[in-house]
This record gives sequence, C-alpha cells and structure tokens, in this order.
Amino acid sequence: MVEFFTTNPFGILILTVVKALLILGPLLVAVAMMTLAERKIMAAIQLRRGPNVVGPFGLLQPFADAIKMLMKETIIPTGANRTLFLMAPMLTFALAMIAWAVIPVNDGWAIADINVGILYLFAVSSLGVYGIIIAGWASNSKYPFLGALRSAAQMVSYEVSMGFVIVTVLLCVGSMNLNAIVKAQETIWFVIPLFPMAVIFFISTLAETNRSPFDLPEGESEIVAGFFVEYSSMSFALFFLGEYANMFLMAAMTTILFLGGWLAPFGIEPFTWIPGPIWFILKICAVMFVFVWVRATFPRYRYDQLMRLGWKVFLPFSLFYLVLVAGVLLAFGWLPTAA
Amino acid sequence: MIAQLAFYAFAAILLVSAGMVVSARNPVHSVLYLVLAFFNAAALFLLAGAEFLAMILVIVYVGAVAVLFLFVVMMLDINFAQLREGFQRYLPIGATIGVILLVELGIVLGGWSLAPQSAGLRAVPIDPNVTNTVQIGRVLYTDYILLFQASGLVLLVAMIGAIVLTLRDRTSSRHQSIAAQLARTPADTMELLDVPSGVGTKGIGFLRPKVKEPAKVAQDNHGHIGHDNHGGHH
Repeated sequence: MVEFFTTNPFGILILTVVKALLILGPLLVAVAMMTLAERKIMAAIQLRRGPNVVGPFGLLQPFADAIKMLMKETIIPTGANRTLFLMAPMLTFALAMIAWAVIPVNDGWAIADINVGILYLFAVSSLGVYGIIIAGWASNSKYPFLGALRSAAQMVSYEVSMGFVIVTVLLCVGSMNLNAIVKAQETIWFVIPLFPMAVIFFISTLAETNRSPFDLPEGESEIVAGFFVEYSSMSFALFFLGEYANMFLMAAMTTILFLGGWLAPFGIEPFTWIPGPIWFILKICAVMFVFVWVRATFPRYRYDQLMRLGWKVFLPFSLFYLVLVAGVLLAFGWLPTAA
Repeated sequence: MIAQLAFYAFAAILLVSAGMVVSARNPVHSVLYLVLAFFNAAALFLLAGAEFLAMILVIVYVGAVAVLFLFVVMMLDINFAQLREGFQRYLPIGATIGVILLVELGIVLGGWSLAPQSAGLRAVPIDPNVTNTVQIGRVLYTDYILLFQASGLVLLVAMIGAIVLTLRDRTSSRHQSIAAQLARTPADTMELLDVPSGVGTKGIGFLRPKVKEPAKVAQDNHGHIGHDNHGGHH
C-alpha cells in the first residue's frame, strides 16, 4: 500500500493532491478567520467592538460574508473584455495558492522540496501583479485602470529591494532550498544579524501585497476601490481571498527568511516541547498581527513618497548592506561552502 | 513517457502563443501571449533540469520586463488599422530576417547531426552531485568573468542612456525636499509672542511664516503665471 503511493505515478499524484488539500483547506479557513481577526484587532485599536453579532464573538461573521457574496449577482460591464475580466480574479487566487507548494511547515514537510524554493516564491509573488493589471485593463474604466497602473509600478519597484534582501539571506545560507534556509538559523535567527534587512523586507511585503500604508492601488478616497471597482460577488471574493492568502504567503516568507521557520526560539527546553508546525503558525500569526497593526496606525503614503522610499531609500540601503554582509562573511571566513 | 508528453504539450503551447504574439489584433493580448510563451519556455527549462534558469526567466522576463511592456502598451492609444498599413512594406525585411534565422538554426542542427560528440566537447561537464545553480556560478564567475562584466557594462550604459534621455531637472516644479523638511526647527517657523489681552492682533500684526529666501520671492514676482526658469530670454 505504501509502495503504491511512493512509486506508482498515479499513487504519487493522489498523494500530492491529498497533501495540497491538507495545506489549502486550513489556509482558506485561516484566510476567512483572518478577515474576522483583522476587523476585531482594528476595532480594539480604535476602541470599538468589531463584529460581534453572528455567532459567539462574531466567529461566524466570515461565513455570513461568504454566503452574502455567493448570493450576489455577477456583473460584467458591457465595455469589459469578458475573458480577461473573469480570468484576472482566478489568476490572483490561483497564484496565491500555488506558492504554498514549497513552504516547509516542519523539517522536510513541503509538498515540493525544490532546490530553488526561494526563487520559486519570488517568481510567484512577482506574478501577482498580473491579476491586478489584467483586472484594471479588462474593466475598461478609468479608476480600475489608474489602480492597475499604480500597482504595476509599485510592485515592480519594491521587488528590486526584496530581491536584494533575499540575496543577502542566501549569502548567509549558501543554498536556495527553503529547508536549508531554516536549518541555517539553528544557531541564530537571521532577524538579529540582518535586522535592517528584515525591516526592509517586511515593508516591501506590505507594498507587494498592496496593504496599507501602500494601498494606493485601491486608494478608496481617490480612485474609489482601484482595480476592483467593477467587480462584484464571487469574482470580488476571489480577489479578496487571493489578497489575504498573499498576505499569509508573505508572512510565511518573512518567517522562513528571518524568524527561523519551524524552529523554537533559542532551541531550549520549554520551547522545544511545542512541535515545529505550531511554532511556524504562531510566527505567521505574529507577522499577520503586525500587518493589521500597521494598517490601523499608519496613514496612506502619497505616491511620489512611495516611489522615493522604494528607489531612493530601500534600494541603495539594501545594496549597501548586501555588500557589507558579503564583506563581513568574506573577512571572517564565514562564507558557507556550497554543496 | 510523461516527460515526453509534457515536453510536447509545453512546446506546442509555446509555438502557438509565439504565433499569437505576432498575429493577435489587440497589442495587450499580444503581450499576454508573450507572457504565456515565456512561461512555457520556463517549463521547457525545468524539463531539461535547468531549474535556476527557469526561475530566473520567470522572475526577470515575466515578473519585470513583460509587466513594463504591458504598462506601456496599455497606455498607448493605438489605431489598429493604421498599425496594419505598414505590413506590406515591412514584409520583405521581416521575411529576410526570418529566413536568416531559419538558416542559422539549420546550420546548428546540421552540426549536431553530423558530429553529435562536438557539443559535448565544448560544453562544461555536468557533475550530478552539484546543483545547477552552483554549477552556473562556478563557470560564470571563473571562465566567463570578463564576458559577464562586459554584459554588465552594456546594461549600465543602457541605463545611463535611458536616464540621460528622460531626466529633466525642472526647478520650477514643486518638489518635496524631505531633507529640508526634516532640517526645519521650531525656531525657523514660529515665534512666541506675549499678546496683551483685549488688543487682539492690532498691536503686533499677523503672524506670518518666516520667509527663508526673500531674494527668490522677489525675483519671481514678474506677474508671469506659470513662468518657467528654463526660458532663458530675460
């Protein structure tokens, strides 16, 4: 029986599908709960109660929202490019899901443990912009188009400094395998020696996911809701789910690159009793909390300021720090030897 | 068997989408087909075992270059009928280039089939124990370092060219100087006065922000609205 699942191609296929469902099921539930958690946390920060009517403590609110979305009418504008208009939300959602194939939840617990895992994540996250651009263009209307243009420029800009941050981490690890990146942090989490890069990476992930204070592509006070003005019902819900799944993905990336993935803090006794996946989830939750915290406390950036931050502050600084880290590693002979 | 099926599927989609890039009526669709072509090329790289190249292709070409293509093409106001007009005129040039490429490919293929071992002599031997990322690094930064540096210089020149073509230092526009804003102190901008009660602002006048460069304000005061300093005809 075990042999069927490890050697037979159909067995491997079935096993992979089951593994994928085991990741995606909890992920979707987490996304639903995240929408509630975000509203609750923001309410607490703003001294309100938040949703508290549907179910105990408002726990069923996300499901009520989902049912509401399902019941609504899908509206496709007459001027829209139908195929692309419907493809865009599916693309956003699918891209947010496929990235999870390489995320190691525990030592070796990834569906695909590939050599270039971090590059795969970087590639998938840089594709996210297509969903937004296509949505903005296919809607054939002014505000979505403006939102799409803003998003394209913003995501391309912040990818550059994200790339440098990733290269810095790779220099310290000597491998692009996500499992190896986490294992390299057994002595010390990278957030301590590479703290400035961790901050830059986190801020860049805010820009990559179009989260506040970089939510100019949505910018409801200026361009209504940006690229998804024309979307309704399930096509809107897919955008929404995709965006939150992307946030989880970015939180997972931050956790793997800087917060030691599934490793317990300091690797000492009381912490190591808790299994790795729990630590991984806890760390993702902590990063997600910061996402919400930032949203509730910072005003939106102006567009020229956003560009200035990306190109004139983050890019030179991350380049400088990359050279610094490379120099330190070389000078002290700490460069990892590549296998 | 599965690998072969996958190869033919990816190759077929690649060729069809490459054809659609040229023949699609809408330029935005062309760019999207180009993205599809890039994807399938990346998949072919993966099948050949070159996972690093596949990922770099997706990151660089799909994630950045094609996004900027799309960005530009979406904003162009293109008259499709006009675009087709030049087709007859440019056909001979395009056909010539196509034929030359085809002949060159034929020569390469002919070389392969005549002397199958010749490619192996030139190629760097593959060590199965080393990941191909490391292998590329070892070859690129040792044997081909000068070519690598030269390609970097070419890119640098292209970048400088783009900057020179587009940079206009418009002194008349209102740029935000963040350094100047951060360097401001309370003493520069405000003044605490003892105002006698019941007098209001009569005794001391209005509080106005201190003007830092009075000379510039006086110079601009010609009554020209939207006056540009670049005019040069004073």
